Amino acid sequence: MTNTNAEDYLRMYRQMVRIRTFEDNANQLYLSAKMPGLTHMYSGEEAVAVGICEALRTTDKITSTHRGHGHCVAKGADFKEMFCELLGKEEGYCRGKGGSMHIADQSNGNLGANAIVGGSMGIATGAAFTSKLLGKDDVAVCFFGDGATAQGLMYEVMNMAALWKLPVIYACENNGYSEYTRTDEIAAGSITARAEAFGMEAFQIDGQDVLAVNELSQRLIARCRKGEGPFFIELMTYRYHGHHVGDINREYYRSKAEEKDWRENRDPITRFRSWLVEEGIASEEEIEAMNAEIKTDAAAAVEYALAAKYPDASEVDMHVFTDVEHALA
Amino acid sequence: MRNITLSQAVNEALAEEMRRDESVFIIGEDVAEAGTPFKVLSGLVEEFGTERVVDTPIAEPGFMGLAVGAAMTGARPVVDLMFGDFIFLIMDQLCNQAAKTHYMSGGKLNVPLVLRTNLGATRRSAAQHSQSLHALVAHIPGLKVALPSSAYEAKGLMKTAIRDNNPVVIFEDKLMYNDKAPVPEDEFLIPFGEANIKREGHDITLIGTSSMVQVCEKAAEILEQEGISAEVIDPRTIVPLDEKTLIESAKKTSRVIVVDEGHQSFGITGEIAGRINEKAFYHLDAPVLRMGAMDVPVPFSPALEDITVPTPEAVAANARLLMSGEMIHAA
Ligand SMILES: Cc1ncc(C[n+]2csc(CCOP(=O)(O)OP(=O)(O)O)c2C)c(N)n1
Ligand SMILES: [Mg+2]
Repeated sequence: MTNTNAEDYLRMYRQMVRIRTFEDNANQLYLSAKMPGLTHMYSGEEAVAVGICEALRTTDKITSTHRGHGHCVAKGADFKEMFCELLGKEEGYCRGKGGSMHIADQSNGNLGANAIVGGSMGIATGAAFTSKLLGKDDVAVCFFGDGATAQGLMYEVMNMAALWKLPVIYACENNGYSEYTRTDEIAAGSITARAEAFGMEAFQIDGQDVLAVNELSQRLIARCRKGEGPFFIELMTYRYHGHHVGDINREYYRSKAEEKDWRENRDPITRFRSWLVEEGIASEEEIEAMNAEIKTDAAAAVEYALAAKYPDASEVDMHVFTDVEHALA
Repeated sequence: MRNITLSQAVNEALAEEMRRDESVFIIGEDVAEAGTPFKVLSGLVEEFGTERVVDTPIAEPGFMGLAVGAAMTGARPVVDLMFGDFIFLIMDQLCNQAAKTHYMSGGKLNVPLVLRTNLGATRRSAAQHSQSLHALVAHIPGLKVALPSSAYEAKGLMKTAIRDNNPVVIFEDKLMYNDKAPVPEDEFLIPFGEANIKREGHDITLIGTSSMVQVCEKAAEILEQEGISAEVIDPRTIVPLDEKTLIESAKKTSRVIVVDEGHQSFGITGEIAGRINEKAFYHLDAPVLRMGAMDVPVPFSPALEDITVPTPEAVAANARLLMSGEMIHAA
């Protein structure tokens, strides 16, 4: 085990815990009625965002979804600006204009979280198109859920991406559910076969195994840079919470036993933590210290965001157009 | 000055901008060798290659979405939507994505994209190839909307649109592609939000958009014979709208007809009339009149289609009513 690898592994672990911690705090903010609106928790799916984003450079692009906090953290965002955005504060990444469903740290290549299911598939494909047109080797990753595979746009853009060999990876986070419906009740055939129909190489992988996700991502991203894209990955994963905070009574669509099984036997963080200890990369004490430090960071960021100021009312008609300071003036 | 067709004007604007800026590219159905069904883009693929004049599958939401992403990451796409009627297919990508990205990101992301499409009835193309849908787009904050009324405007507005850092939708009148107009050889741009007073007058103001500018000009000629002096104004862009010029003219003449080829109800004519009422009410001697396309799907039969759109005769007839004071309450 080389030293650089050890650092990479520890960073992956740290990022996964940061996502989980962010979500635990977001959930608390919602439950204590301190957060406006609602939010979709990424808890349980951390290995997907982290395994993929750790294989990307800052200039590579991603598009995110309504369940986007995990992608945002994984692509390099800071807690402070994220909590500010969640609470609609001026210092948020989107100056409070986006909120949970549009949260993104744009300077790290996150092209935004989309509240239209499947709405970003064109955007990610277009980012890959730019990369090719301008002769860069940036790659774009499109995150979307299993439910989004029902959208026609996906098939239109996969056709073009395959025809034009665009450096894009379609990353389907298959958590088994489309809102309150089991996806296998509304999806015919196999999801990877749909990508294969366009002549695209498609992979199905355990989305709870961060090392496996990262290893596959490294390989496919390198191939994308060489012009061998696009690719499709179906990552089998699970969301621990309801579809959104407040989706409490959900036994009509999934059982408590199923939830318990995923949490207890397949948790991506617990699994990776055991591996780190077994391999001697980190001790239990070191890991506990890291967890505690992240908790403290998050608490401080929440504190900060709660006290931060809201945007001035005069901002309401700013950013409608790039070249007009106040659209309604 | 030489005369060129509207089609040539658009072609020149695109070629000039593509030479100037390597990040500009054209994407759409049959845009390359075919040069579109209207032959507007002929010759461009020969100069710029298939990397920058990109033929797509018949997948409007797909290539529109792709263009939004390309625009967000450093390219400047010009999307070719074969018929304005197909705008319904791309509404999510245009209105939920392109229009809102700058705002939702707190000003961090831009979408410098041009959507080229068309409007206009009386081509005997029936209900799904004849609509003028610019009001739908103008309704959405974050989109700019240009309506060229001749080859001159088509060129100048297109060049401005390509250099704009916002999503811009340009509707060309598909019946005007072969109409010639004087267009300077030297480079020029037409700024957005500056109306053009096509003809000065003092009795009544006729505000027309796109091909309705010609309709208003013809109406003004008819009225002139009768001793009525009509002012004709072309807003050129409806977002941004040069309200100042329109209001000043309304105050001067005290009578206004707004003519547009979109459906009359909930459309451009109502919007402009509303603004004039709010800002020039006490200067008016008659209600501001709206003349849009009839609120029916566009029929195929020439006997029916021709009566759905404003004509110079109809505009002149309404102007006479306003002048005579007979239309205190519009019928
Ligand atoms: C076009 C569209 N239709 C419906 C919705 C409402 N909606 C929000 S999330 C969601 C389920 C999406 O499921 P999936 O893509 O699997 O993502 P997940 O929530 O499981 O992460 C639905 C139906 C929406 N936001 N957009
Ligand atoms: Mg799902």
